[in-house]
Amino acid sequence: MAAPLTLLLIVAVTIRAVLFRSSLAELISARVEVVSPLNAWKRVVEGLALLDLGVSPYSGDVFHETPLMIYLFHFTVDYAEIVFIIADGITALALYLSIQTYNKDVFRKQKYALESDRYSADCLELLRSPKEMFYIPLKVAMFYLLNPFTILSCVAKSTCGLNNAIIALFIFCTLKGSALLSGILLALATYQSIYPLTLFAPALLFFLQRLYIPVNLRRSSFWFFTLQYAFMYVGSLVVITGLSFFLLGSWDFIPSVYGFIFSVPDLTPNIGLFWYFFAEMFEHFRLFFSCVFQINVFFYTIPLSIKLKEHPVFLIFMQIAIISIFKSYPTVGDVALYMAFLPAWSHLYRFLRNIFLVSCVLLACSALFPVLWHLWIYAGSANSNFYYAITLLFNFGQILLVADYFYAYLRREHHLTHGLYLKKKDGTEATLVLK
Amino acid sequence: MGLLSDPSRRKVLTGLLTRLNTPICGMPVEWLVKAMQSRGLEVFTQSFSRKLPFPDENKERYMVRGTNVYGILRAPRAPRTEALVISAPCSPGDSNNQAVGLLLALAQYFRNQVYWAKDIIFLVNEHDLMGTQAWLEAYHHTNITGMEYSPLQGRAGSIQAALSLELSSDVITSLDLILEGLNGQLPNLDLANLFYAFCQKLGVLCTIQGKLQRNDWDTAEGYTHAAQTMMLMVLKQACGRSWGDHGLFLRYHIEAASVRGINSFRHYKTDAATIGRLLEGMVRKLNNLLERLHQSYFFYLLPSLSRFVSIGCYMLAFGLLVVILLLRGVTEAQQVSLPSGPGVLTVLTPVVISHLTGVALYLLPVHLQEMAVEHFPVSETEAVVLTAVAIYTAGLALPHNTQRLLSGEGTEQGWKVLKLTALLYLAVLLGCTALINFSLGFILAVTLVPITASMTPHMPKALSALVMVLLSPAFTVLYCVFIYQELIEAPVSVSEGWMLFLSVISQGILDHALYGSLVYPLLALFIYPCWLMFWNILFWS
Repeated sequence: MAAPLTLLLIVAVTIRAVLFRSSLAELISARVEVVSPLNAWKRVVEGLALLDLGVSPYSGDVFHETPLMIYLFHFTVDYAEIVFIIADGITALALYLSIQTYNKDVFRKQKYALESDRYSADCLELLRSPKEMFYIPLKVAMFYLLNPFTILSCVAKSTCGLNNAIIALFIFCTLKGSALLSGILLALATYQSIYPLTLFAPALLFFLQRLYIPVNLRRSSFWFFTLQYAFMYVGSLVVITGLSFFLLGSWDFIPSVYGFIFSVPDLTPNIGLFWYFFAEMFEHFRLFFSCVFQINVFFYTIPLSIKLKEHPVFLIFMQIAIISIFKSYPTVGDVALYMAFLPAWSHLYRFLRNIFLVSCVLLACSALFPVLWHLWIYAGSANSNFYYAITLLFNFGQILLVADYFYAYLRREHHLTHGLYLKKKDGTEATLVLK
Repeated sequence: MGLLSDPSRRKVLTGLLTRLNTPICGMPVEWLVKAMQSRGLEVFTQSFSRKLPFPDENKERYMVRGTNVYGILRAPRAPRTEALVISAPCSPGDSNNQAVGLLLALAQYFRNQVYWAKDIIFLVNEHDLMGTQAWLEAYHHTNITGMEYSPLQGRAGSIQAALSLELSSDVITSLDLILEGLNGQLPNLDLANLFYAFCQKLGVLCTIQGKLQRNDWDTAEGYTHAAQTMMLMVLKQACGRSWGDHGLFLRYHIEAASVRGINSFRHYKTDAATIGRLLEGMVRKLNNLLERLHQSYFFYLLPSLSRFVSIGCYMLAFGLLVVILLLRGVTEAQQVSLPSGPGVLTVLTPVVISHLTGVALYLLPVHLQEMAVEHFPVSETEAVVLTAVAIYTAGLALPHNTQRLLSGEGTEQGWKVLKLTALLYLAVLLGCTALINFSLGFILAVTLVPITASMTPHMPKALSALVMVLLSPAFTVLYCVFIYQELIEAPVSVSEGWMLFLSVISQGILDHALYGSLVYPLLALFIYPCWLMFWNILFWS
């Protein structure tokens, strides 16, 4: 599989290099769907300029990156394009290896389940074979590298690509079983943007499953491991934050980065749900609505963890999708990360109900974003309502996609244990309802 | 053979060359500066130059150089935050020889009034659209079309509205209002209503699309006349070029319209003083605006000056056409079972090849013109146009070649997946086009939707191939040329129509390079590949 992967990497690097050299690069860097105030390249350049002048880069409310990021670019600003291409390559490679490990895991578990007769007799067609799973890691890497969203995000030099690389490395380390590295990378991802905090739960569940520790709140082994992992995670986070403090000598990165993410002061339109709401509401309700919107991101972790505690990798996918839909400044780079996982669930295709509608909605919305932006800002014939309608439709499409995959996954699990052709007590065919 | 064999075409081209290649006998810049200064305006000049994508026939790349002259009348007592623009393109020869005079007369009259709340800029631009483009880009500190210009020395706040004058004779019988701008953008309907109201008040005859109004709406002739006027507006909007200097202002969210004086054979003639009064009234009305014109419709079609068709009426017709594509797509999706790995890859090859052909159609004509001129006895403009036609025709041979490249294709599944992809792609494309330029989207929908929705490989090949080719985008442009000539009551023969068609293609490429018109890239990069995908389906074996 090395040859197709190398070919894929070469094609991806070529596409990105060609686009970097063309006149489209500036056009793409200015699009609000691709860059947000948190990860725009021109803000990084601004912050670097302020740092060179000896002023704190966070003065002036322009720069909202973390200190480690600014120091990374301080040394590599001349090779910025290469850095972003390498980041995309690392993400793809990490996802490839993770899904390879995951597939081996899945196949092994399926073998044990078959041997212990846990599956019902008539669900043989639902079982997965290594032959069918052979190309999945390559497809995952391809879905990430050749996704137009990823390419746009890379050409715009949005630091979302680096965030994706860190999350992909975290997934790789988790799936390989290294709790320390996983904790450190999760801390780095949380340090970059707070939302990967919710990935603590699926990582923990994965390690518990891997070490055969039952998830039982009364068992001491559960708490022992949880505390170990939490200590590694929190400890790394403290170390990284302390390092940032010593790098810049002050704490003003905390309100500039994390305060900015939570309080959403900048209302530039993007593909998220926050900007329109917050532009319309009164000042005295702002705190309440900020809290409600932010809780929305973190809230789904607990019910999903309870439901999917046997399937932590799917939970990681769901969490990343929820983060990229509900975060305060989403961009298409975030969407590209969870879309890369979709080939791993291609065996669920027969249970998906709305996939055609969802893909049409997402494609149409992606095409309509620039059109309605042009009509609003340049032609003056439309207004923000039109653009927000497309934003809403896009997010609706994403939510429907995620919910559909969730339904299909749970349905397949149900069929595996209860049989494919379900009958009610009087013998007629039963229908499954997700409650 | 060729564009230069026709004497009238030669004359037009010579005139164009003389206009564009004359640094000496160009605009009388010093005289204009003195004239404007003596009327009390603050006068500034701006020089600009642009390298055209196709050089002239003297075998050297030509630069178009020009100078714009503009004078600012400062509002006596108001803060200088807003401005109005009155522009008159200065063309050598007899066309538009009265407009500058009228402009100077207006400037002199306006100078003595005290009621101006906005600054008024009197702009005399050279080379029509290129001068206006250079001036607007310099005014707004942008550079979207690669023009080189000297920065403006004097400026006057944000422009609220603009009027462009074209007058060729000192007495006129009617004033023609031109609204269609670049990429089919239209000014606010309020501007058209305002102008028409003023014309009626002063008793000046106002026309649109060069056609007079009729009062008999309920007769068949009246209806036909209105339909013809509306069709003319649709055709002019669809071709995406700016039909007057005002069209480039619209891109900067400045409401603008062009006014052209027509002198035909009627008894009642209006003299320049009445036109001046009319323009003064218009400018006073625009002066009194508190905010930019935005209350009325931006998307409309005008069958006459007193009636309009709003977007709520005409978008429904377009929506129904696109729904055909979507319903067909849904039907195909239900018939297509689980797409396996090789299935998707089968679809990918025709899609990629079609788009590469589209990219070739977009890039190659301009880039290969030197090579074409070396090997063939044609001029550069002809080379560009004929290369484009050649690549377009070469694309028709594609299905046979791609079938040879792929091996083991030809499943029932394959063409259905390709048709599904192509239908959805066409639907999204037409939707986006119609939002920006409704007429273009509508014309493409009317010609493409019927044949593509019913396309299968099992149709009789020869007949459906002929129908596909006759309904392809290039032929649509050809029909539009003929219909346009019929509607403006100057019908052309087939050979003249063909020449016009070739000049339309070259104009499209030039407009895209000079002003950023989107019609040529849309047709070459998106519509043509989409059509090629359906052509592939027809020849799926």
